[in-house]
Amino acid sequence: MLKGMTRLVSRVHKLDPGRFSHLGTQAPQCPVAHLDNQVPTERTRAISRTLENDPAKHGEQHVGQHYNISIQELKTVFPHGLPPRFVMQVKTFNEACLMVRKPALELLHYLKNTNFAHPAVRYVLYGEKGTGKTLSLCHIIHFCAKQDWLILHIPDAHLWVKNCRDLLQSTYNKQRFDQPLEASIWLKNFKTANERFLSQIKVQDKYVWNKRESTEKGSPLAEVVEQGIMRVRNATDAVGIVLKELKRQSSLGVFRLLVAVDGVNALWGRTTLKREDKSPITPEELALIYNLRKMVKNDWQGGAIVLTVSQTGSLFKPRKAYLPQELLGKEGFDTLDPFIPILVSNYNPKEFEGCIQYYLENNWLQHEKAHTEEGKKELLFLSNRNPGLLERLCAYL
Amino acid sequence: MAAPSVSCGAAVPYRLFLAGRVSFAREQGLWKAAASGLQTGTRCQILRLKHSPAVTTTKNVAALRRESYTVDFIKKQIEEFNIGKRHLANMMGEDPETFTQEDVDRAITYLFPSGLFEKRARPIMKHPEEIFPKQRAVQWGEDGRPFHFLFYTGKQSYYSLMHEAYGKVLHAEERQDQLRAKGLFSEKSKSKDLIGSRWLIKEELEEMLVEKLSDQDYAQFIRLLERLSALPCDAAEEEFVGRFRRTVTVQSKKHLIEPLQYDEQGMAFSTGQGKRKTANAEAVVYGHGSGKIEINGVDYLLYFPVTQDREQLMFPFHFLDRLGKHDVTCTVSGGGRSSQAGAIRLAMSRALCSFITEDEVEWMRQGPGFPGGSDGK
Repeated sequence: MLKGMTRLVSRVHKLDPGRFSHLGTQAPQCPVAHLDNQVPTERTRAISRTLENDPAKHGEQHVGQHYNISIQELKTVFPHGLPPRFVMQVKTFNEACLMVRKPALELLHYLKNTNFAHPAVRYVLYGEKGTGKTLSLCHIIHFCAKQDWLILHIPDAHLWVKNCRDLLQSTYNKQRFDQPLEASIWLKNFKTANERFLSQIKVQDKYVWNKRESTEKGSPLAEVVEQGIMRVRNATDAVGIVLKELKRQSSLGVFRLLVAVDGVNALWGRTTLKREDKSPITPEELALIYNLRKMVKNDWQGGAIVLTVSQTGSLFKPRKAYLPQELLGKEGFDTLDPFIPILVSNYNPKEFEGCIQYYLENNWLQHEKAHTEEGKKELLFLSNRNPGLLERLCAYL
Repeated sequence: MAAPSVSCGAAVPYRLFLAGRVSFAREQGLWKAAASGLQTGTRCQILRLKHSPAVTTTKNVAALRRESYTVDFIKKQIEEFNIGKRHLANMMGEDPETFTQEDVDRAITYLFPSGLFEKRARPIMKHPEEIFPKQRAVQWGEDGRPFHFLFYTGKQSYYSLMHEAYGKVLHAEERQDQLRAKGLFSEKSKSKDLIGSRWLIKEELEEMLVEKLSDQDYAQFIRLLERLSALPCDAAEEEFVGRFRRTVTVQSKKHLIEPLQYDEQGMAFSTGQGKRKTANAEAVVYGHGSGKIEINGVDYLLYFPVTQDREQLMFPFHFLDRLGKHDVTCTVSGGGRSSQAGAIRLAMSRALCSFITEDEVEWMRQGPGFPGGSDGK
């Protein structure tokens, strides 16, 4: 890392020679920083924050500004699904603030104007690594939760195709494989997110789990979920049932369904899982994936499908691939074919400014040069306005 | 190597011994050289040997150490070299007539690839004059009378050179006096031919005269030459002095700053090249831009995922306070990721030189401790 970078500007003469300007001491220049921070606080708040906390009312004028999500809402709406670094940030700052950005606004506009009689429209968020696809997805989910939709959120489909310790042969279909652990975790989170719906929706078939247990027709979906959570062996089947029922019943118009999958390119790629005889398993042979694929088809009405394709966590895909065609492969692309692609790109200058102001307000950037123009230009250059990179860079400062 | 001399009647062919310097196709010359050497050998030596057979062996041993080659031997080597060159040209499929020494070197490195680190230990094929050290030809005739009149000084070539130089000095002074007498004397500056060249060093002079000199001899000679060159000389004398001067390459201190070029839209741009370890980079910096950098067609964020490399790219602009003002397009190849970043950084700095003043170029070169450069922009 560059140390001892001194500048052409006359400020050089004012600083002592021993001062490192970049990535130097962590000791905050407290008096100086506070003075600088307190005076333009109101102005920076106007740039970086908005008081409008309802995603439904976000518009063009809010681009680049952060809105607050209360901690309770966070627990109910996002039991899983937030990127881990964001979770850490929430814990540090003691508040959850998402930035309003253009791609999310575009999607919100489409969602507000969906015609629920038509088959579900598929939207695919794509972009380079670290541009904010997952957080945009979270923004959409928050909106839908506020609008009282039923959220079916798979936080990272890649987690289902790799590193699975226990693969059981499926009880339902001998050719397929079960993943009890992943399925049960997901069921728990699904229950937290959609408590109120589970008692209202009734299953329309009888499901027999084993000799002693079965679920009658007409019982609430909550029972199926409970069964899956308690009997881990049947968890995958429980997931399958939930998906089937939801798909069937959303067309009836009782509720509106949002299917949100992060990393949907995992459904059509390769897996790293192997059978006992070391032959590889294709995704179709995993029961979870098989059912999810059915969910993502647009043969049902009454909701929307929002997907992201991401290279991070994907298997056997080159680092630079970010277009849907490359990441989904031919099979995936054909299956998803009529979809609306939405590009998520790096910050524009206004958003960048907003992000920096947000960090400054929370006293996250302790470096004395951080709030100067040159400091901002350095950060701009180094991260090239990529949100993920900017966040990682600022973590050092 | 003692075999030929002992078997051939113990003549002291100390000039004939070859102490094993490897060269192309030389071994066949060994026996022939020994045979020919005997015929041209000194008869006076043979006369001496008759009465001291015991001394012969010691003389042989002593002579073994000194290497000497006769004129005929050298001539034979030259012929063989030329023939060998033609053979080599044939082997490489090139025209024997136009086969230069560089082609010979290339052919030898191709045919005999060597991994030795010492370059002088690798196989070479050069003209015998470059390989065999210069030998003194026989200094005296059949009657034992030396050829040169200064033979008994011990350093005949040196003293004859001094004699010649002093003669020229006297001649030049005489001419100068004549000109002064006629009133046509004019001061001429001699500095022009002394710039960019230096006197021979002692080793070079020794090599030229094929004689050992002492430091005082050498200093004396140089003083004489300088005295000669200080006087007004005519062409012959200047040529004489020129034989003892070697050119010195003058390194230009200044890095040529290209002027700005303009493309079709009128945008100013300039190119620069940079190298670091084995990476080569060429950068084109445009005058007005937003700080975008494109490397081999890919954005620099994707090309250098590591922050350290991007910091290297940032440094030239950051130093000149022009962070968001220029667009760069560059190509890079070779090396690893760190050396590619360093090469691009150098190329960008060189290209940026065209956009800034001379003071700032010097300031960039010297570093931040150097006073100069405009304060703020």
